[in-house]
Amino acid sequence: MRFDSLLDSVGGTPLVGLPRLSPSPDVRLWAKLEDRNPTGSVKDRAALAMVERAEKDGLLFPGATLLEPTSGNTGISLAMVARQRGYQLVCVMPENTSSERAQLLRAWGAEIVPSPAAGGSNEAVRVAKELAAANPDWVMLYQYGNEANARAHYETTGPELLRDLPTITHFVAGLGTTGTLMGTGRFLREHVPGVEVIAAEPRYGELVYGLRNLDEGFVPELYDASVLTTRYSVGPHDAVQRMRELMDAEGIFAGPSTGAILHAALAAARKAVREERPADIAFIVCDGGWKYLSTGAYDGTVDDAEEALDGQLWA
Amino acid sequence: MPVEVRVPTILRPYTAGEKVVTAEGSSLEAVVSDLDARYPGIGERLVDESGLRRFVNVYLNDEDVRFLDGLKTPVADADSITILPAVAGG
Repeated sequence: MRFDSLLDSVGGTPLVGLPRLSPSPDVRLWAKLEDRNPTGSVKDRAALAMVERAEKDGLLFPGATLLEPTSGNTGISLAMVARQRGYQLVCVMPENTSSERAQLLRAWGAEIVPSPAAGGSNEAVRVAKELAAANPDWVMLYQYGNEANARAHYETTGPELLRDLPTITHFVAGLGTTGTLMGTGRFLREHVPGVEVIAAEPRYGELVYGLRNLDEGFVPELYDASVLTTRYSVGPHDAVQRMRELMDAEGIFAGPSTGAILHAALAAARKAVREERPADIAFIVCDGGWKYLSTGAYDGTVDDAEEALDGQLWA
Repeated sequence: MPVEVRVPTILRPYTAGEKVVTAEGSSLEAVVSDLDARYPGIGERLVDESGLRRFVNVYLNDEDVRFLDGLKTPVADADSITILPAVAGG
């Protein structure tokens, strides 16, 4: 495959079958390898779409500064896109993220403003909003509320899945900004009657939920519960175990958030087997395992990894 | 029917610091009402007139109850309920 530039190669990722983890010939699992994007994560789709939207809206000029709260992948994608397009990037990132994320962000030329670990991404959003108010000439694309994020998946991820798997019955993805699930989910619902859209939400350690009061909670502006059919909360033990199973059984080297998604996909598969319904269950591989090696996610026992990830934003 | 309820840090002032408490009821609504009887005040932090509060997520055996039957969701013996505040991902 030939492309005019790296940015032109975003998306168009492979969908691979999982012959060993699929429970039967009638109930099959399919992995959408989003780690095959230029910076190695699904976020390249949203980052490129948000920058292109802002350019069309006339918000960006050469040398403009972008600002984004991010736990990592969106920032890395934006840093790559910004560098290619001639913009600066400031990322507000919680302190409790893997060191690879900070190294990659800096390598792609982004500046990092750390936000406190307690409160996780909620704090990053709060700090970014303060910085945006103090720097009115900076452009915050704001992945949590930017329609171009969900639209990227409506226009690319959804159609790719339907083209490669016309018999799709379930779509499973992680719930963060909700962009992947909203965009892909809406597209599939419009084209596949009865399709199930399943969210796997990472359940972090207590530090991440360290809000001062419940009114500080956060629901992304993009979130529309009517797109989903089920929402699972998946803790680090299940996520790490599934992540390792995916590597052992199918050779796919993915990060912990993909393990959480596979856990939800396998629950859907078991249900289909129980109800004797054929199923083609597609799920998102968000990123590869590389950025998590230093966290211990692939080291020692599953219990060791769970302990190492406690308090980290592992998804 | 006793069920196990996991309480987030932010609501532990109501449970004398306990992370995991026990409550009874055959629906989520009944469990919340029993919780409030045992730990007065916790109920109104979880629900208001319109149902579950916006920034409160409740999971029955890891499944978000908003996609089951909300407060009417049946609860069985040995089920596990987890309460968490809504936080940002991404």
